[in-house]
Amino acid sequence: MQIQSMHFKARAGEKLADLRLQKNLKRLSEKFVGSRARVMQEIDFETTRNAAVERRDRTIERLDMWLEIFEERARATGATVLFAESAAEASQLVLQIAREHGARSVIKSKSMVSEEMALNQVLSDAGIEPIETDLGEYILQINENEPPSHIIAPVIHKDKEEISDLFAKVHGKPRLTDIHQLTREAREQLRPKFMRADMGVTGGNFIIAETGSVAVVTNEGNEGMCTVLPKVHVVVTGIEKVIPTLEDFAVFARLLTRSATGQSISNYISLLTGPRASGEPDGPDHMYFVLVDGGRSSLLGSEFQEMLRCIRCGACMNHCPVYQKIGGHAYGWVYPGPMGSVLTPSYKGLENALDLPQAATLCGECHVVCPVKIPLPDLLRKLRERQFERHLRPWAERAQLALWAYVAARPHLYRLVASAVNRALRLLANRRRLIRWIPFAANWSQSRDMPAPSKGTFTARYARWSTQRDLAKSRTS
Amino acid sequence: MSFPQAARLLPTDRVALFVTCLVDLMRPEIGFAALKLLEHAGCQVVVPPDQTCCGQPAYNSGDRAAAHRLAERVLEQLEGFDYVVVPSGSCGGMIKVHYLELFSDDPSLRRRMSDLAPRVFELTQFLADVAHVRAVPGSAQGSITYHDSCSGLRELGVQTQPRALLSQIRGLELREMGDSRACCGFGGSFSLKYGEVSAAIGDEKIGQIHATGAQAVVLGDLGCMLHLEGRLRRLGDDATKVLHVAQVLAGELEDPS
Repeated sequence: MQIQSMHFKARAGEKLADLRLQKNLKRLSEKFVGSRARVMQEIDFETTRNAAVERRDRTIERLDMWLEIFEERARATGATVLFAESAAEASQLVLQIAREHGARSVIKSKSMVSEEMALNQVLSDAGIEPIETDLGEYILQINENEPPSHIIAPVIHKDKEEISDLFAKVHGKPRLTDIHQLTREAREQLRPKFMRADMGVTGGNFIIAETGSVAVVTNEGNEGMCTVLPKVHVVVTGIEKVIPTLEDFAVFARLLTRSATGQSISNYISLLTGPRASGEPDGPDHMYFVLVDGGRSSLLGSEFQEMLRCIRCGACMNHCPVYQKIGGHAYGWVYPGPMGSVLTPSYKGLENALDLPQAATLCGECHVVCPVKIPLPDLLRKLRERQFERHLRPWAERAQLALWAYVAARPHLYRLVASAVNRALRLLANRRRLIRWIPFAANWSQSRDMPAPSKGTFTARYARWSTQRDLAKSRTS
Repeated sequence: MSFPQAARLLPTDRVALFVTCLVDLMRPEIGFAALKLLEHAGCQVVVPPDQTCCGQPAYNSGDRAAAHRLAERVLEQLEGFDYVVVPSGSCGGMIKVHYLELFSDDPSLRRRMSDLAPRVFELTQFLADVAHVRAVPGSAQGSITYHDSCSGLRELGVQTQPRALLSQIRGLELREMGDSRACCGFGGSFSLKYGEVSAAIGDEKIGQIHATGAQAVVLGDLGCMLHLEGRLRRLGDDATKVLHVAQVLAGELEDPS
């Protein structure tokens, strides 16, 4: 996927002005925030997530070892394990597999890694039809390959009416408004495609070293169709998704669906191990794993290593005040919200996503809800430090900071400056004691007044006040 | 998360009031209200004379070196006191939590900071948990709603303390808003860099405040106050008051100047 993060500011502005989007985004908190809080009470969140952190960290520390064990075990089941250094290389591998098996169409269940890989584009360019079968992803695909705006609910930015219009237009059928009927229509469209597909591509929530399996967590059942019907099943996922044992999976499963959609458990959890063995009734003839690095290994041993714990639940974006107002598209790459604001600059280059680490209030709610306790605000702050070091911030901001730091380190000068600013701001104020326009802070006064300062700084007033008090004391004594 | 509490306050304890640069510049009455509350609680309050800024703007803008220089100064000024009280969760969190990270490369500074950190408190936290204040000097009539500013809430665990103290004022009705924990959209430099997004987040908060019908929103951070008041006034709401919790607790609702 082409990175568009440099247009963050302009796109955020468009999203704020889009009243329909604003209404649709409200569903995010209604749907996910409330239900997450409710179902999280079923478990001891703190203890469970501490266990999850410990398990993730232990695995990531020895990622190479666990990947080797996974590779060995998966091969023993008859699957083929391939590693791709870049996302582009990964899509070439998938293309090669498709060609080897003479695939003309590929059915896909939801995979954000395949978005990193721009897999649909690569397959289409090679004359192979990619078909998204997750309902949300299907809607986006028939809407001229619109990118997802959320990693779990890719179409959260659209309402039912928009989807009704889209279905009527693309399917060439009478416009439906009932959700069940709309879903049925999508199924009718997809069913023949499922039946004739030569290859299925799925993501993988986790790959399990102990058994060489992939765990796929879904709600729609389309994943079963993608992995059982076609002759070939390709799993594409990130190298960091390896976990040692099935018991580890039990811990993450408790956290994942609760954090993601506020469900105690999702409708489907599939553990898929190897291609169909002789005597087994179903399963693909061939199973492949394409494990993508795509920048992940560069976080190993860095101050951003904690980011590799991420289990892609989306809780950080659901709870992010910025995401809640602008949605996912403004972030400009595959992963939006706080986790995306760390991942995008990390994978795609700090210089290609200058706004993302800055576009956060650092309110800390993402850290509070993260099921693997990623200190997202700290990581965003560290990215700001890297930006500052590399002179990637505007010179004016740098100059202001330098000037301010110089003054703040000199109390006498500081007092003079503070008194002067206090006076100047009061001069700018109107009769309602409000400043409508502030020099050097146009972004503030564009949408807010600035309440005028009270008369005199604390330091000046305190000096007078304490002298008077001492005087009063000496008179009475 | 657990937030360890300090020992009991002794009459001989010297309490430093770090007013913060924003209070110094914009709302000195908050500093005086804090002073009044601390003295009322029986503390020996000292206002360290050379205080300027805790360095948070530099820290959050990625200028670690500048933040480090200022943090070192603040540590020097404050470490000699028994307690440090800050009428801001944001600056309090900076000193109590983030200085330790900032000094991670300097064992000696880190040791000194580890010694000071447990004695640094946000104002309401100090009054409720350390000074065990049972009667605040303020008196007021009317309805308020309380907004939990982010750093105080999530970094320091300030949530029950301001409410417990406010409940000591008879005649004051606290009407909780829908989600008092949600960010108001200020975010320090975020409010300047992404003014529109910041204001849009603020509008959600303002909607929640209005829904309570309260006459005033009370909170513990001046940055968030200026942001919310500025947005309220720009939207044409001149009625809803935006008050610092210290002003309400001290009964200093008008600036005498």
